[in-house]
Amino acid sequence: MSGHCDGGLRSNIEPNCLEKREIMKKTLNKMAILLLLGGVVFTAQATTPEEDRAAFVKHYKFRFPDVPMEEYPNGAYAIDKIGRENWEAIEEFPPYEPFIDEGQEMWDTSFANGKTYKDCFSDGPGVASQYPRWDKKQGMVITMALAINQCREANGEKALKYKKGPIVPLLAYMAFESRGQVTNVVIPEDDPRAMEAYEKGKKFYFTRRGQLNFSCATCHVQNTGLKVRTEVLSPSLGHTTHWPVYRSKWGTAGTLHRRFTGCNRNIRAKPMKAQGEQYRNLEYFLTYLSNGLELNGPGARK
Amino acid sequence: MTISRIRLAQAASGLVLLGTCLVAPAGASEGSSVVEEGKGIAFSRSKGNCLACHMIEGGESPGNLGPPLIAMKARYPDKAKLRAQIWDATTVNPDSAMVPFGLHRVLTEEEIDKLVEYVWTL
Ligand code: HEC
Ligand code: HEC
Repeated sequence: MSGHCDGGLRSNIEPNCLEKREIMKKTLNKMAILLLLGGVVFTAQATTPEEDRAAFVKHYKFRFPDVPMEEYPNGAYAIDKIGRENWEAIEEFPPYEPFIDEGQEMWDTSFANGKTYKDCFSDGPGVASQYPRWDKKQGMVITMALAINQCREANGEKALKYKKGPIVPLLAYMAFESRGQVTNVVIPEDDPRAMEAYEKGKKFYFTRRGQLNFSCATCHVQNTGLKVRTEVLSPSLGHTTHWPVYRSKWGTAGTLHRRFTGCNRNIRAKPMKAQGEQYRNLEYFLTYLSNGLELNGPGARK
Repeated sequence: MTISRIRLAQAASGLVLLGTCLVAPAGASEGSSVVEEGKGIAFSRSKGNCLACHMIEGGESPGNLGPPLIAMKARYPDKAKLRAQIWDATTVNPDSAMVPFGLHRVLTEEEIDKLVEYVWTL
C-alpha cells in the first residue's frame, strides 16, 4: 500500500511524505470499511447489492477523484495515462473488428434445421444488457454465452467452447450491436435463490485463494491503480462492460471467463470451469457493480 | 486450520533461529555467494518474483504495490523480523497483499534464508 512513499524511511528526505502518509492512512481506513463490508456480509448481517455497489463507487471515487464515472468501462486506461495513449492508437484500427464481421456471418447463417439465432434471441443480436440474468425456471444465472449454447443445443447444434474459438466472434458481434446500452443487472425479489447466487459471487470475489493468497479484491480494490510489474491494476467497476476482449498478450480475442481463469492462474489457484456455477455467480455480482455503466464491447487490452 | 497455522508458525519461528544459526557462521566469501543466490531467487519470476511488487536496485520493470526495498539493514536491525515478514506478511498486517512465501510454501526454508541474506544487503 505504501507504494508512493516508502513507509516512512524517506520522510527525512522527502518532506511531503508525511502528508502522503496521512492520506494513505485515510485511504486505509476507507479500505478497511469496504473490506469489512465484504466481511460483514459473509456473516449474518446483510448489505443490499445497492449498498455494495455504492461502497465500490465511493471507494474508487476516493482513489481516483478526477476520473468521471463514464470512464470506468475503459478499465486500466481510465487511470493510466501512458497505457491510454497506446490504447487510443490501437483503437484507431481495432484488432477486434474481424471478429465482429465473422460473428455477423455466424448470426446470419442458418442451423442445419433451418432456424437461426434470431429464433432464440427474438430481440435480435443487441441484447447484451439483458445478461447475466437470473432464470427462475432453470434456477441459475444465465449469461449470454450460456444462452448461445442453449440455443444451439435446442436446435441440434454442438455447444461451443467458452474461453476461445467460434463463440468469441459471435459474442463480439452481439456486444457490438449492444453498444450504448446500459448495464442493468436485476436481482429479482420473488426468488431468494437469485440473491443467494449474488452473495456467492460476492464471497468468491472477496475470498483469498491460491498459493499466492490473493482475492480479486486484493488486486482490484485494495491495490487498484498500483502496478504489478508493468500492469496497472484496474478498478472492478467497468470490468464487465466490454467483452469479449482482444488482448495483445493472447494474440487473439477471448471471453470474460477466460480472463477469470487467467487471474486465478496468476495467483496459482486452480481455475474454475468457464461458465460453471462459480464463475457465473461471480459474473452476476461483478456485472451488478457496473450497473449504470455503458456497454462498450468488444474491447482491446494490452 | 487455525491450529495447523499456529503449528506452522511455531515450526517457522524454530526455523528462523535455525536459519540464522546456519547462515551466521559462514565466512565472508561464502556469504557473498549466498547473497548472489538470494538475489537470483528474488529476481526469478517463478521463485520470489519480488520485482512484481517492489523496486529493487538493479531490477527491471518493478511494480509499486509494495514499498521499495532499500536500507533494509537500518529498517530491520533484527534479521528474524525481516525473515518473518517474508515468511508470512499477514501476521503483521492481516490485509497484506504480500505473498506468504513460507506459510504457503512458495519458497523453501533454505531459499528464504538465502533471500533474507540478500535483502539485508539492500
Ligand atoms: C495478482 C493480482 C490479481 C488478482 C488476484 C486478480 N486479478 Fe484481475 N487482473 C490483474 C491484472 C494485472 C490485470 C490486467 C490489468 C488490468 O486490466 O487490471 C487484470 C485484469 C482483469 C480483468 C480485465 C479488465 C479489463 O479491463 O478488461 C478482469 C475482468 C479481472 N481482472 C477480474 C478479476 C477477478 C474476477 C479476479 C478474482 C477471481 C481477479 N481479477 C483477480 C491482476 C489480478
Ligand atoms: C504481490 C505483492 C508482493 C510481492 C510479490 C512481494 N511483496 Fe513484499 N510487500 C508487499 C506489500 C504490499 C508490502 C507492504 C507491507 C504489507 O502490507 O505487508 C510489502 C512489504 C515488504 C517488506 C517490508 C518493507 C518495509 O518497509 O517494512 C519486505 C522486507 C518485503 N516486502 C520483502 C519482499 C521480498 C523479499 C519479496 C520476494 C520474495 C516480496 N516482498 C514480494 C507486497 C509484495
